[in-house]
Amino acid sequence: MNWAETLHTSWAAVRSHSLRSLLTVLGILIGIAAVILTVGLGLGTQKDVSSQISSLGSNLLIVSPGSSTSTAGVRGGFGTGTTLTASDATALASSVNAPDIVGVAAEKNTSLALTANSTNWTTTVTGTTPSWLDVRSRTLLSGSFITDADQASAASVVVLGSETATELFGTTRVVGQTVSIDSRTFEVIGVLASAGSNSSSNLDDLAIVPQSTAASQLVGGTGSSSVSTIYIKAASDAQLSAAYQEAQAVLLNLHSISDSSSADFTISSQNALVSTATSIYQTLTVLLTGIAGLSLLVGGIGVMNIMLVSVTERTREIGLRKALGAPPWAIRRQFLVEAAILGLSGGLLGAVLGIGAAFLLPGVIGSSIVISPAAVGLSIGVAIAIGLVFGVYPATRAARLAPIDALRSE
Amino acid sequence: MADARERAQLSGRPAADLDEPVIQLLGARKVYKSGSIEFEALRGVDLEIRAGEYVAIMGPSGSGKSTLMNVLGCLDTLTHGSYRLAGNDVDELDEAELAEIRNQQIGFVFQQFNLLPSLEAWRNVELPLVYGRVPAHERRKRAERALERVGLESRFANKPGELSGGQQQRVAVARALVGEPTMILADEPTGNLDSVSTEDVLGLFDELHALGRTIVLITHELEVAQRARRIVRVRDGLIQDDDGADPGTSARGIEAAA
Repeated sequence: MNWAETLHTSWAAVRSHSLRSLLTVLGILIGIAAVILTVGLGLGTQKDVSSQISSLGSNLLIVSPGSSTSTAGVRGGFGTGTTLTASDATALASSVNAPDIVGVAAEKNTSLALTANSTNWTTTVTGTTPSWLDVRSRTLLSGSFITDADQASAASVVVLGSETATELFGTTRVVGQTVSIDSRTFEVIGVLASAGSNSSSNLDDLAIVPQSTAASQLVGGTGSSSVSTIYIKAASDAQLSAAYQEAQAVLLNLHSISDSSSADFTISSQNALVSTATSIYQTLTVLLTGIAGLSLLVGGIGVMNIMLVSVTERTREIGLRKALGAPPWAIRRQFLVEAAILGLSGGLLGAVLGIGAAFLLPGVIGSSIVISPAAVGLSIGVAIAIGLVFGVYPATRAARLAPIDALRSE
Repeated sequence: MADARERAQLSGRPAADLDEPVIQLLGARKVYKSGSIEFEALRGVDLEIRAGEYVAIMGPSGSGKSTLMNVLGCLDTLTHGSYRLAGNDVDELDEAELAEIRNQQIGFVFQQFNLLPSLEAWRNVELPLVYGRVPAHERRKRAERALERVGLESRFANKPGELSGGQQQRVAVARALVGEPTMILADEPTGNLDSVSTEDVLGLFDELHALGRTIVLITHELEVAQRARRIVRVRDGLIQDDDGADPGTSARGIEAAA
């Protein structure tokens, strides 16, 4: 009996009990669908996170005041101090000190109420320099960004986030309008294109004013020269660590700190965030895959169970085939192929269910699912393997039946 | 038989060896063990059957005739003694080799017909050829011819459930014939049939015998056994009576085939 005939015979046997076969493969079906979905969910989340992070600017370093690396002395904790100043940013922008840094933008963030006509809206007002647009990889929807001239003259101009503009004016076509911030009147010169939101802040709800304007008009007193964050853009991904070294050296020097472990600032990179997020999702994926694996194991036992029933039911058929000249290996192969067909059917149906769910679920759970062809192919292979592995024992039992006993059975 | 001669030549034996009996059973003993209890189903049976003979093996239940049939059909092996089938020492063969002997040398007809209910008549008939590695197009032709031989060409594509008992048994006979085996071994072939169908199937055996086929029929009914040319009576694991170890029978068989 050649392969084609074996396939034909086994397929006929599976089809002759289609409901039972379907119920048998249910475990494998669910397991495969679960594997495809969990892997897809893991990949999807990873993609979401990295696209969010790259929306911040991919080769970006973030310098925050304070340090979280040491508990010694009087230094403030991470993110709290006023140790970073606008002159730090200027020094970092120097191509002599830091050749691998192509852009620097210091941010001074304050939460303030904006008023347009009679509408109030409280948002983050960011005082920064013209380089911000490039460093943060943002684009304008309309109008223009703040210029060096605005910076030099501390002009009362503002660039609004798209959401801020909509909240204040009901539209994003607001260039030329005026808003009042802290009782001072600002002219809207541009609107930022939407960038979505990252995990911690809404990137579309902000108002940007020149750094000089913020220092002189909006944030008075001793805090005026300090900045909240300095964003540094490296020339490329490859130069990110060089840029990191340079930024650290420049800042330590400026702050007269000899030991990097007592630095009063913290430099972090997007890569660190990416790898943290990735490791979390990897752990989750491993966990969920383990559960899916259990489901496959249960499915495999189901296949074995039904194959044993099938061997018992067809004892007479096995006896007859042996009497007519079927060698043991032909009987074994017939039942193995039958088990493999069950596994394959479970795998294919599971893949269909998994891929179908991958199209429907994102609308419900709000995170994207990326179908990986490799995972689909591999899990169908695994399904066949499960059928084969759990089919070995029933098939061997069938092959070992003595023809007379088998023929005699009723 | 032309077929036996062909096979003999293929296996390198001289044609003169055709005088050797198709079946040669010497001192055949079969002991069944069930726990500590031993039961001797065959207690030393000598039996020779020549090509072209039509032999009935008769005996009441428990006589050992079923065991004898299983041994002759290579479905079971002897505890002691030797069995030669068409020149092969069956005792020394493993299970896969026995399967091949069954496939090539024996055509079985069972009391229960043993047709596979999901397969059409011709699919059932071609089964021995499937395991004999005969190409598909030739199998179909040979299955058609075998069904014609038993007068069922019109039922070619019917499933067993659509056929009467007599027709089903004729399909089974076609299946036994299709591989051109050395002998047809029929175990109570009429046990499940009414008198009309019984006559039908026995008539078919008569025709096959006239064509030179070797037929061994196991039965407990004298009426059926009397259709054969030779009756071997088995009782308590021994041959009680053998009416026709007639050496002329084999010669007649060979002439008929030639």
